[in-house]
Amino acid sequence: MIKTYREAIIEAAAEEMQRDASVIVMGEDVGIYGGGFGATDGLIQRFGPERVLDTPVSETAFVGTAIGAAATGMRPIVELMFSDFMAVCWDQIMNEAAKMHFMYAGRVNVPLVIRTASGGGTGASSQHSQSLENMYCHVPGLKVVVPSTAYDAKGLLKSAVRDNNPVIFLEQKLLYDTSSDIPEEEYLIPIGQADIKRAGTDITFITYGRMVQECLKAAEALSEDGINAEVLDLRTLSPIDERTVLASVRKTGRALIVHEAVRFGGFGGEISALIMENAFDALKSPVMRIGGEFCPIPSGIKIERKILPEADRIIDAARGIVCKTGA
Amino acid sequence: MKTDNKNFYKELMLRMCRVRQFEEEVKRLYGEGAVHGTLHLCMGEEAVDVGSTYYLKDGDYVFATHRGHGICIGRGVDLSKMMAEILGRSTGTNFGRGGSMHICDIDKGIIGCNGVVGANAPTACGAALSIKLKKEEDRVAVCFTGDGAANTGALLESMNLAGVWKLPVIFVLIENHYAVSTVVERASADTDFTKRAEPFGLGCFETDGNDVLSVAETMEKARRFVIENKKPCLVVEHTYRVSGHSRSDQNKYRSPEEIQYWDEHGPINRFTDSLISEGLFTEAEINSIKSQAEAEMKAAVEFAVNSPAADEEVSGLLKAVYAD
Repeated sequence: MIKTYREAIIEAAAEEMQRDASVIVMGEDVGIYGGGFGATDGLIQRFGPERVLDTPVSETAFVGTAIGAAATGMRPIVELMFSDFMAVCWDQIMNEAAKMHFMYAGRVNVPLVIRTASGGGTGASSQHSQSLENMYCHVPGLKVVVPSTAYDAKGLLKSAVRDNNPVIFLEQKLLYDTSSDIPEEEYLIPIGQADIKRAGTDITFITYGRMVQECLKAAEALSEDGINAEVLDLRTLSPIDERTVLASVRKTGRALIVHEAVRFGGFGGEISALIMENAFDALKSPVMRIGGEFCPIPSGIKIERKILPEADRIIDAARGIVCKTGA
Repeated sequence: MKTDNKNFYKELMLRMCRVRQFEEEVKRLYGEGAVHGTLHLCMGEEAVDVGSTYYLKDGDYVFATHRGHGICIGRGVDLSKMMAEILGRSTGTNFGRGGSMHICDIDKGIIGCNGVVGANAPTACGAALSIKLKKEEDRVAVCFTGDGAANTGALLESMNLAGVWKLPVIFVLIENHYAVSTVVERASADTDFTKRAEPFGLGCFETDGNDVLSVAETMEKARRFVIENKKPCLVVEHTYRVSGHSRSDQNKYRSPEEIQYWDEHGPINRFTDSLISEGLFTEAEINSIKSQAEAEMKAAVEFAVNSPAADEEVSGLLKAVYAD
């Protein structure tokens, strides 16, 4: 049945809440309001205010409370309205959630999901549009998931809820209204598994989140030029699926990494290094990166688009890479 | 004081002597270069540590601070494993991964001492939320905190959240005069921390934190208050940190006379004086309690120094980052 990314997230949470009484939902306006982007809509009617908890605007307190609840037997799904607000409660995530299992000798687990809306393209300007995944990936103890389709969002969120570790689940604002065919029967998508969204032979686009759609658009356009691009959706950034990345690059011999996050110091550098260290011999051309400009995200529709990557830039870059070395 | 409470008094005294003696041994070992990490000793705060933990029950959750040795000893954490942890031994409470600041004992509900000031308040609220959602009757979460943490957003937000959600949590605010070197008056616009309870809907208790009987009694009341009223409370305990903040503290911000005064008027001496003056204990009896604590510490040190240094392989450490 065709369902939106938003509906897939609600359905995943509802199924997990139905299956396991320890699953609760917490966050600002997750109750009657239905969540900042409507992704908890209807849950309070089904599960009641004891399991769907509206919180004060106290990110440190409610994220920390979710961590403490997770450490004592609950499985909270916390909604943080915008991923930019991770900065407000970062201590709890980085110093508590990520460390507890290790520091406390494996005696404490923190089965927690932090769902949060990430990325730009909405005109919300500099404090509500960032893609900060590299910050989260840098911290051992966290898992970082970025679904690019409704289908993936559902299967990954269900796995995240069942994971015994803190998972940062980065929802893409511009994808909430996109749709996939969601099967009636239950399915899970394992965390840590990339997905080839389009098979190709000439170049691998390594990407995730909203940029998967841009890369697919670019790949279609490039096929008219006779360039057959593979689109590799990482889906999980930490732990990363090294095998799938390296196998694809070994096959195509070329890699273009595309993310919306600021290119400088971004996750693409990590992927690039992974390829250089492990598949240098297979490369026909240097690994290239496309990312956001080193600039806070502006609000105006024209200037915002200039700052974030789009299919046209991917097409140009791919042509440059492939033409230089011959397809 | 009553004669038929003699065993209770003896136990309080023994636990306070354990705390003091433990810290003396740790300090000595540090002086000898045997401690790799930092230390935050709680000398002078023995009554707070022992009194606050005495009436807690086995299921209660405890979230302690960076200055947590005394709380752990009060809850009966194995002294040998604690000492081993501080010395970075594989037999430590955390296999040597945590050190002094992160001692934990999950079986005793101690979900860790914590290195970030104020950061244990939200997690304590989380444990309290678990208790509430699971409808567990006779169980509370206790967040130990202090005058330094009193001005963190984490604690203030948590007090509000606990109040608005009516969580079974006790915030124990240990006012020990200094946050590292900064005296309370220079850090808080109003130093009467009890006033912070009301706006957040918390019950409030206050005690002389150097009077172990008063601390224990106050905490017993506070725990009962939380259980009976199904709402959180704040307990303000006034004491004095005799030991320096950490190993780097040179006590530049206070005089030797000040420290000496408080050491002499500290909780162990005060309790000893009252037990003897009331004729409940002889000096010899008190000395024998102290000797018992000393002997226990010697055994703990013996165990720790003879344990192998924590030496997990990198591959093992990496596997320990995530739960299965």
